Amino acid sequence: MDYVIEMLNITKIFPGIVANDKINFQVKKGEIHALLGENGAGKSTLMSVLFGLYHAEEGTIKVEGKEVKIHNPNIAKDLGIGMVHQHFKLVHNFTVLENVVLGVEPIKNGQLYLKDARAKVLEISKKYNLYIEPDAIIQDITVGMQQRVEILKMLYRENNILIFDEPTAVLTPQEIVELMKIMRNLASEGKSIIFITHKLNEIKAVANRVTILRKGRSIATVDVKSTSVEELSEMMVGRKVIFNIEKQAQNLGKPILEVKDLVVKSNRHHKNAINHVGFKVHRGEILCVAGIEGNGQTDLVYALTGLTKVESGTITYKGKDITHQKVRTRSIDGISHIPEDRHKHGLVLDYTLAENLILQTYFKEEFQSHGFLKFDNITNHADALIKQFDIRSGEGAESSTRSMSGGNQQKTIIAREIDKDPDLLIAVQPTRGLDVGAIEYIHNQLIKQRDNGKAVLLISLELNEVMNISDRIIVIYEGEIVGEVDPKTVTEQELGLYMAGSKRENVS
Amino acid sequence: MKNLSKNKAVINGSASVLSILIGFGFSFLVLLISNAPYSFVGLTTLLLGGFNGGMQGIGNVLYTAGPIILTGLAVGFAFKTGLFNIGATGQFIIGAFTAVYVGVRWTFLPVEIHWVVALLAAFIAGGLWALIPGILKAYRNVNEVISSIIMNYIGLYLVNYMIKITIFDPTKNQALMPTRAYLPVYGLDKIFTNSSINVGFFIAVLMAIIAYIILEKTTFGYELKACGFNRFAAEYAGINSKRNIWLSMVISGCFAGLAGGVMYLAGSARYFEIIDLLLQYPEGFTGISVALLGLSNPIGIIFAGIFIGYIKIGGFYLQWYPIMPEIVDLMVAVIIYLSALSFFFRAKIVYVLRKFEAKK
Repeated sequence: MDYVIEMLNITKIFPGIVANDKINFQVKKGEIHALLGENGAGKSTLMSVLFGLYHAEEGTIKVEGKEVKIHNPNIAKDLGIGMVHQHFKLVHNFTVLENVVLGVEPIKNGQLYLKDARAKVLEISKKYNLYIEPDAIIQDITVGMQQRVEILKMLYRENNILIFDEPTAVLTPQEIVELMKIMRNLASEGKSIIFITHKLNEIKAVANRVTILRKGRSIATVDVKSTSVEELSEMMVGRKVIFNIEKQAQNLGKPILEVKDLVVKSNRHHKNAINHVGFKVHRGEILCVAGIEGNGQTDLVYALTGLTKVESGTITYKGKDITHQKVRTRSIDGISHIPEDRHKHGLVLDYTLAENLILQTYFKEEFQSHGFLKFDNITNHADALIKQFDIRSGEGAESSTRSMSGGNQQKTIIAREIDKDPDLLIAVQPTRGLDVGAIEYIHNQLIKQRDNGKAVLLISLELNEVMNISDRIIVIYEGEIVGEVDPKTVTEQELGLYMAGSKRENVS
Repeated sequence: MKNLSKNKAVINGSASVLSILIGFGFSFLVLLISNAPYSFVGLTTLLLGGFNGGMQGIGNVLYTAGPIILTGLAVGFAFKTGLFNIGATGQFIIGAFTAVYVGVRWTFLPVEIHWVVALLAAFIAGGLWALIPGILKAYRNVNEVISSIIMNYIGLYLVNYMIKITIFDPTKNQALMPTRAYLPVYGLDKIFTNSSINVGFFIAVLMAIIAYIILEKTTFGYELKACGFNRFAAEYAGINSKRNIWLSMVISGCFAGLAGGVMYLAGSARYFEIIDLLLQYPEGFTGISVALLGLSNPIGIIFAGIFIGYIKIGGFYLQWYPIMPEIVDLMVAVIIYLSALSFFFRAKIVYVLRKFEAKK
């Protein structure tokens, strides 16, 4: 059997943790090979070893049958390995063409010479059906096109082994279908694709084989066709996972949050980031704001939590006007906020786990007296939450938050925000980048809030999530609410049309 | 032995010691090139530092260390909260002038508390001087490095001017001496005979302990550090990051101002001249090295300050030999400079230890 890449017996040890434990991973030529695993299962570590960012303590890597030593990413690139990162590595004020040639710029007489490059890019774009506008500026084009630019970059460099790191997280349903088509196309042209993902449906849809990692070990490599989604998830998590969440009948209460005619100025462009938006959230409901990334969700949440100034309109919470109140006042009044970017807002990475768990409450009687921190209480509080929310870390309460895996960092935030016993929980993409086990857990927590008569405002890009757990959906597009739908009756396609702005209804 | 790579004290300590050793190596090289016959005796003198002069030398080490610890504390405290207070020099000058002015002119005060008031004035003046870059940083996002460098020069020339119109002694062409407000000695000169020691060192140690308690034990320190590590997360948690930025700058400035007071309220200290070189006030800049060597930890800064004092006194004893004073300054500077490498070595040591542990 011909393997393009063979990673044999790869062992990578970090202090206190074996990230990769004798992992075997073999990719055939021309196949789409999915790499599946929970957060912290060792997927990123394994790919970083392949890409030359880490050095494995043990094991060998073979590319096209020959043993290679990949000391740094340049060697990986020379071997024809390319990667589309989850967060794109593009220069925002450069054109598409300039981004594609960046690093391998064609030079003639000491000057940038793009004519041949343009021809080559257009040729590749035609061959693989990768529609792009070579002269468009990156920041003006859609996320989907940005991703195509990333793919073009790899193809322009004639890479034969393409790694896609959770490529669908930022796309609309229509764009995902498009990407799947492109991936199949690439594979049929003889490229080998490694597809890192948490989403089992996508693996079923596009991959040929899948390798499942769990806790740093390779559990199995199986044929996708002969394996069911349930079997895959069981292998990944190590237990059965319930997919369709059982929800109790809704017990709708009074409105807790009322937003009227809200306008928020954008700091990026001259249009309003939030343009005359109004909606209500009731006790006992999960209201979901669906939409493609960058349509004003961030500004809406900032306005609701007090992180940004409101231009006009009012926000009423529990009957009080809180439009101009401080972040701290709102937080004490019972608004919790699971932020979109856990590293930027959610955590102080240089603090310990225990210190992060009191970020919203350190000033309360429980944790301080006369301005002095009560370390015993802080540690006990942390230990209790670690147990209750199953937060895993190297050194318990004293672990540096930076060293924890993404999933456990997210659990830390969720533990902190839910422990505050909020009346209104604003959760922004709470499951982004998490595995099914963790997602299931977080969804159950959100539903528990709802069943206890609390309100949840969920901002999410994941259609599955939107459809599964919300009671009501409003769709945001370019800072405006363009539709309100019932998740029980709406189809994914219809929702996708609203999100892409091609369908709208008047919502008051 | 098992988890050496996680033991912070071992790593930080060995990183500092290693960089100091390299500093000594380099200064030996300087001596070897410039004055080979005296290179060995020169090196041993430098290594012996304060011990060259017995109790007198040790007393002088502690005396020298006082203001250095305080400026180190100024820089280190700001570092911990995410600010780079390169303006410690300016705050030091302003604090020093204020102390001398109060010492010379406020003779209406009872003599017992004169020095306390003078030090307090230095403390406050330094803080006020740092308030300006602090406010600019917090509310206008002006880079504190640039604004505080400018404040250094403004401080220097302002003090020159103020000396001339308030406390100038034209007969000696220098400022009047604040003899009435000199820091008390409390019999320390009986232990450290013939040395210049006074309570300055103990004030510095007290301040370091206070800084440590603020940073590590209080909610205020928790807020300050949160702002320093991640301003966005602090704002998300409802912490007033703007207020914390200028407050942190002010506290840092208070330490630097106090350093100026401690330095100039001593009998054997320097006196104010009209000069226009910031380098004539090296303590502020030494503070940066001390903060780095002490890894911004207030307790570490006490030891770093004593070490720098030790080297400076060692340099003083080098004058016994026919070694040019410029070379002495150069050697001391090399050691201080290289001691700032400890940050770099810390990462290396962790790396090496981990490899070593992984092998076992």
